[in-house]
Amino acid sequence: MSGPLKTVGKGVRKKDAMQLLLGKPAYVDDVTPSDCLVVKVLRSPHANARIREIRTDIARKVPGIVAVYTYEDVPGKRFTMAGQTYPEPSPYDRLILDRHLRFVGDAVAIVAGEDERAVDRALRMIKVSYEVLAPLLDFRAAKDSEILVHPEESWHALCDVGADNRRNLCAAGVESDGDVDAVMSSCEVVLERTFHTQACHQAMMETFRTYTEIDAYGRLHVVSSTQIVFHARRILAHALDIPKSMIHVEKPRIGGGFGAKQTLVAEIYPAFVTWKTKRAAKMIYTREECQVAGSPRHEMEVTVKLGADRDGTVRALDVYTLSNTGAYGEHGPTTVGLSGHKSIPLYTGSLQAFRFAYDVVYTNVESAGAYRGYGATQGIFAVESLVNELAETLGMDPVEIRMKNMVRQGQIMPAYYNEPASACTLDRCMQQCAASFGWAEKYPVRRMANGKIRAAGVAMAMQGSGISGVDVGSASVKLNDDGFYVLRIGAADMGTGCDTILAQMTAECMDCSVEDVTVFGADSDASPYDSGSYASSTTYVTGRAVEKACLELKEKICALAAEMLGCPASEVVFRGREVARADGRASVSLADIATKSMCGNTLATESTSSHSSPVSPPPFMAGMAEIELDPLTGKVEVLNYQAVIDCGTVVNPNLARIQTEGGLVQGIGMTLTENIRYDDKGYLNERSLMQYKIPTRLETGRLAVEFAPSYEESGPFGAKSIGEIVINTPAPAIAHAIYRATGHWYRELPILPERIALDLASEESV
Amino acid sequence: MEITLTLNGRRITASVAADTVLLDFLRAHGCASVKCGCETSGCGLCTVFLDDTPVLSCSVLAVRADGHRVTTLEGLEAEASEFVTFIADQGAEQCGFCNPGFVMNTIALLRENPDPTDEEIRAYLAGNLCRCSGYEGQTRGIRAYLNAKKEGRL
Amino acid sequence: MLTIDRYLRASSLEEAYEAAQKKNSAVLGGMLWLRLSHRHVSTAIDLSALGLCGVEDLGDRYRIGAYTTLRMLETHEGLHRDFGGVIGDALRDIVGVQFRNLATVGGSVFGRFGFSDVVTVFLALGASVELYPSGTVSLETFCGMRGVKDILTHVILPKRQVRTAYRAMRNTATDFPSLNVCAVLAEDALTVTVGARPLCAVAYRLPAAGAGTAEEIAEKIAKETVFASNSRASETYRRHLCRVLVARAVDDVYGKGGES
Repeated sequence: MSGPLKTVGKGVRKKDAMQLLLGKPAYVDDVTPSDCLVVKVLRSPHANARIREIRTDIARKVPGIVAVYTYEDVPGKRFTMAGQTYPEPSPYDRLILDRHLRFVGDAVAIVAGEDERAVDRALRMIKVSYEVLAPLLDFRAAKDSEILVHPEESWHALCDVGADNRRNLCAAGVESDGDVDAVMSSCEVVLERTFHTQACHQAMMETFRTYTEIDAYGRLHVVSSTQIVFHARRILAHALDIPKSMIHVEKPRIGGGFGAKQTLVAEIYPAFVTWKTKRAAKMIYTREECQVAGSPRHEMEVTVKLGADRDGTVRALDVYTLSNTGAYGEHGPTTVGLSGHKSIPLYTGSLQAFRFAYDVVYTNVESAGAYRGYGATQGIFAVESLVNELAETLGMDPVEIRMKNMVRQGQIMPAYYNEPASACTLDRCMQQCAASFGWAEKYPVRRMANGKIRAAGVAMAMQGSGISGVDVGSASVKLNDDGFYVLRIGAADMGTGCDTILAQMTAECMDCSVEDVTVFGADSDASPYDSGSYASSTTYVTGRAVEKACLELKEKICALAAEMLGCPASEVVFRGREVARADGRASVSLADIATKSMCGNTLATESTSSHSSPVSPPPFMAGMAEIELDPLTGKVEVLNYQAVIDCGTVVNPNLARIQTEGGLVQGIGMTLTENIRYDDKGYLNERSLMQYKIPTRLETGRLAVEFAPSYEESGPFGAKSIGEIVINTPAPAIAHAIYRATGHWYRELPILPERIALDLASEESV
Repeated sequence: MEITLTLNGRRITASVAADTVLLDFLRAHGCASVKCGCETSGCGLCTVFLDDTPVLSCSVLAVRADGHRVTTLEGLEAEASEFVTFIADQGAEQCGFCNPGFVMNTIALLRENPDPTDEEIRAYLAGNLCRCSGYEGQTRGIRAYLNAKKEGRL
Repeated sequence: MLTIDRYLRASSLEEAYEAAQKKNSAVLGGMLWLRLSHRHVSTAIDLSALGLCGVEDLGDRYRIGAYTTLRMLETHEGLHRDFGGVIGDALRDIVGVQFRNLATVGGSVFGRFGFSDVVTVFLALGASVELYPSGTVSLETFCGMRGVKDILTHVILPKRQVRTAYRAMRNTATDFPSLNVCAVLAEDALTVTVGARPLCAVAYRLPAAGAGTAEEIAEKIAKETVFASNSRASETYRRHLCRVLVARAVDDVYGKGGES
């Protein structure tokens, strides 16, 4: 682009900000009728059971009950609820309702009725006789266990991901570069540790919810809180076994997603009810349902073996990840990859060899899904923690050891599909972070007069920008009366602000203000095809589609203007609010061109473009945490968190900053408070926000966010991504700070005060 | 049971069941700003004023509002508009689902304490959860609003 | 899910008491915990018309109506002055302002919950409760009573010259406490209460002077007290916390505590 940017790079307000702040109706339950069928699901009380007999006759007789469905009523074709590009890597292991129940909370029956009271009564009236089977709860014992989570013949995988239901494997694989064993054996220092991360919940404030009705054409109209309208259409068609042409999916405002709504958690139940009864229906998940039958992060156990020399050169990394996909395989084969692909390449600068192997196993717990970070968070906690341990072992400054080994711009990353770090300021991120944070002052352990201990820790991270060669982003830009533009997208703004960011790009391209751009989306009938908003793709992939569409539209506008001006199109220039002859002798306003486009015109002033990228340029970042730890109670307080991010060009600094702050706080929650515990029957303890403790505003500490932008040539205006990377540094940085304060490495999350206090107390009594 | 209350300045009479909670009653009476986030009285999304006190409408029986004034964000738009622009200028509204409860409780805070410190802001709003913003942008927005007010820029 | 058949706004204590004797009836407090129960309530009894909301200063004591909210207590100037701010210290981390605007003193005390901050601080301050129709009993006695069908109408807090301290450990800032401790030093005695064990709070009365160092007192109390495990803390951790928090609170009331 030539000249300074006018709109991209400005912290403009989100286009929907005032409506949302004033509480206007905007979400599924606000904008859909309430006089529709209420849909609820009867959930399994057992982690592994088969239905011997299910009696619904009494339930059906409850006044107001319209339908009760069981496994006998649903199509027999298996599908996956994962919102991924077809053919999905996630195995086809689901039925709408199954006779075999695979976790506490699995769907046993669907009840639809005129009101909630009737439905609640009917749920209690369904009589189920279960054949209770021994559950498989320990994911370390899942591979080749005698208990099979998916013994059924109809289970199948569309992609070759190493899945084998006879071995409880949802995926398995290994990859390497160089002779890792040889390099490892030649290293002066070898450390090997195992880390464990829990199945954190996205805990978006708006629970899963979907409204369905039959439209005037007899099609199934779905209004859902989803990140993926197109995948939703396909998955519903598979699940209901009806043509895709019979389904129309749209999303209104979404009350947060963070990946949760990249899986069709709620949609199939009301959709099935509406398709069968031809009546409008709605399902609103309770918070408890969100917790027990949602789509949380994959629990992972990551074993890292690191080889280095005494001077701190990291030469070999050998990572093995065991991932727990739970009862179903949504996002199982793909999340695990990021635990290696987004951690190992951070050390490309010095790494001579690596190996990354993984198994993803089925167990009888809640099915996992997509959560911000998508496996990278887990892998980075492990690798970054071990690098910190290496630094402490060698007596080196952990910042220095990273400067020595980190990936630099221009390097090819063998552990990242041999992609180049085409735009990378990770070195600057780290240095700037250290300077702004005051690393030199905060890294030394300080004992305060009140007995508390202050200490600091560090970590770095990367992520991707879309899925290379897979994700498709599209944009349609149309000129309208008075010269305003409508931008239609299939990407889903879930609060992140992508509507506004893409409008900024449109405004930049069309040389107009953001107010001149109206955004519409996402709607499977009306939007151009977009994979959806996930994998940090929207700014980078869809943004580029916006650029292309605008370029084309400008040509069309110029052609029409040339017609009006009576000269060849090659002789006019586009100037935003007008098109002028190059010689400056005449011009037509954009408004007049728009008017002309609606009268006697044969040239559509509308352009649609799609984009897909062969690469997924990683954003990079550095994070530093300062904590105050009470050695007697074990309480850890985050005092300060400094983040410096290279997301390429910062399209909207306000929104990028808020994304970062929100991601950091989710990371802090994952590290310190958000626990997941099952009892020996597979019953989850953290079933509400009273038990599952997400951070309040008293837990966040002071967050400082800065940017060290690189320029990514393949991205729109040089942009990469920011949505996911920001959750990745808190766990390793805070665990590092806790080590500094206590002398203990905590390799299992969350790090609760009890563990710290009792560890320190037992030490004292020795 | 029949109840009569003043909802956003309008007197209304309605029939409710003994166990209808105020949150459901309000949504059924056109107050879509009132959101449910947790079912365990802990997220603050459903904050409304009962008379002039901020309460969790999920935890109040509708019958207990009989004879009282209930105010939702729909009834406080003018008062809210003044400061929420400052939240918008931070981009801190994000998904927006927690905003009405947050805005209501901030109004309550500022009525009670027109010049709070950042610590007082955080303490008063501790019962308002937000999963998107990381909270700091909300605090910055309120601070910017208070500064603008002090400097006579409003 | 809680279901309620009938709602009764009682016009007298007699009426409330009579209704409360029936099976499946429930006296409403702030509705915060009752709501979470999977209970069927035949009659929900509302005491809001009985003038039980407010704090009366009776010179030598405070008489707090059962429908007084926790937020009213927390912000009450007289209580703050006379008890060294300890009530506010104990209450201000309970969930949020909107929650404390609903939660009532009566509901909090009547429930004698194993996570209560209210009972821990009131017990330490030597509170008693007025029950209708039985009359006044000490809170300590009330904590041991089972199957109470009376209506709790007031909590009485005696005014004394006291130094006070409240300490709680919470896994997150507004979570239930893993343990809480209150120390009240009067002229004649040091009272230490330990709550969120997670059983109802217990009180220890010690001589005002010569009871030993804070650590010794804490050690003794930690040994004597019964603790249990739940999802927030194990029994072992609670005993450990008891030592830490009691020592800190006792140091505080003797003026030796630093900030921590």
